[in-house]
Amino acid sequence: MAPPMVRQTMSPSAAPEAPTGCWLPGTAVRVRALMPPGHVRTPAYLRGKTGVVERVLGPFGNPEQLAYGHATTPLPLYRVRFHLSDLWPDAAASTDTLDAEIYAHWLEPADAP
Amino acid sequence: MADSDYLGPGRRWHDMGGDLAGPVPTADHDFALWEKRVDALVILSGLKGVFTVDGLRRVLEDMGPEAFETMTYYERWVAALNQNHLEQGTYTVAELATKMAEVQARGATYGAANHVP
Amino acid sequence: MPHDHPDHDAPDGLSPSGHPYRADQDTDLTYWQTLEIAVRELMIDKGVVTPAEVTAQVEAMDARSPADGAAVVARAWTDAAFRARLLSDGSAACAEMGFDVGPMKLIAVENTPEVHNVIVRTLCSCYPRNLLGLPPDWYKSRAYRSRTVREPRAVLAEFGLVLPSSTTVRVHDSTADMRYIVLPMRPDGTDGMTAQDLAKLVTRDAMIGVGVARAPA
Repeated sequence: MAPPMVRQTMSPSAAPEAPTGCWLPGTAVRVRALMPPGHVRTPAYLRGKTGVVERVLGPFGNPEQLAYGHATTPLPLYRVRFHLSDLWPDAAASTDTLDAEIYAHWLEPADAP
Repeated sequence: MADSDYLGPGRRWHDMGGDLAGPVPTADHDFALWEKRVDALVILSGLKGVFTVDGLRRVLEDMGPEAFETMTYYERWVAALNQNHLEQGTYTVAELATKMAEVQARGATYGAANHVP
Repeated sequence: MPHDHPDHDAPDGLSPSGHPYRADQDTDLTYWQTLEIAVRELMIDKGVVTPAEVTAQVEAMDARSPADGAAVVARAWTDAAFRARLLSDGSAACAEMGFDVGPMKLIAVENTPEVHNVIVRTLCSCYPRNLLGLPPDWYKSRAYRSRTVREPRAVLAEFGLVLPSSTTVRVHDSTADMRYIVLPMRPDGTDGMTAQDLAKLVTRDAMIGVGVARAPA
């Protein structure tokens, strides 16, 4: 058998140069409210919700390609901070927050139509 | 019913954040040798460039909620490990079938089946 | 091989950590155990891995424990410059101490009187295993994964941690390529303690954020 094909693996350092982040920390962003089938890393409970960029990370390979064994386009990854009271209708008023990592292609400006 | 059911069929079973559920269980256990080996084989498959942890997760997710409820953690992992190797062509289903029969013929326990005569 | 013999150092059938061993070597061979042996041998036959690599990987896993993370926390408590480096680049700071956190990046989040951090992973159950060892079962449970992002204070209360409303709870859903460790608050009454002694106060649960560091004896 041929040796296993070397793919873009888990190591982000092996990724080619990625586009620089387009949103600075503090920018209000909204998670796109899309519901495709398939492997994605954007939790459903955050889709359509608005938060603020906490920091910019990456570049990282796109898991939506890696999961199917394909070569990947590295992407910026954002840590976005949400208020729990914006996520859950039954949340008590508080300052409690939730941070999650969201890949660039899942985010849009908070004021997008 | 989860409040997030409004998201419809596109929300998949593993995407469980926000569901209401019972108390967090407190029982814990140490891992058996076979479970650690499954873990090691998954990590090594990634290090060797056969498939990534994303591929592992994709198969785990596609196994569906029944598997989550009826199989143990590393039972699901070994199934997903094997699926990725079949997809990447490390070995064929026929080779796997032959090997599994060979393993079972060695003995009735894990220890005995590990011993190659 | 570690744990090959379930009773080798625990006559009462419990492991050194106090948990029962899972039936392994001497019970009926299961279908999934058969699959593990078959996949492992095929990977070896096909030249993907060697038996020594599998053994080394299992041993490396056995060698990791929450004591690794505790050493990092204790150093951050006693070395302000290290603490700053840990908070700005967790992976690099851990590498300084000889802990390779792997290709994933580590983010350390700091507890203060005003902010309490807790880590969860709703989509699966990835965990800072290179610093804390393999995850406890509850971290992988449906209840923990589902509820922590919605009612974190109720979940923390089940672990015995009740926080005042003046403390902000920050939940971190580890959705993608990052791994997290909580830097707990240093307990009162620990002035003058060495990093080695301080590390004994740092529990796994404190580094996940479902607990706090122990008070000194």
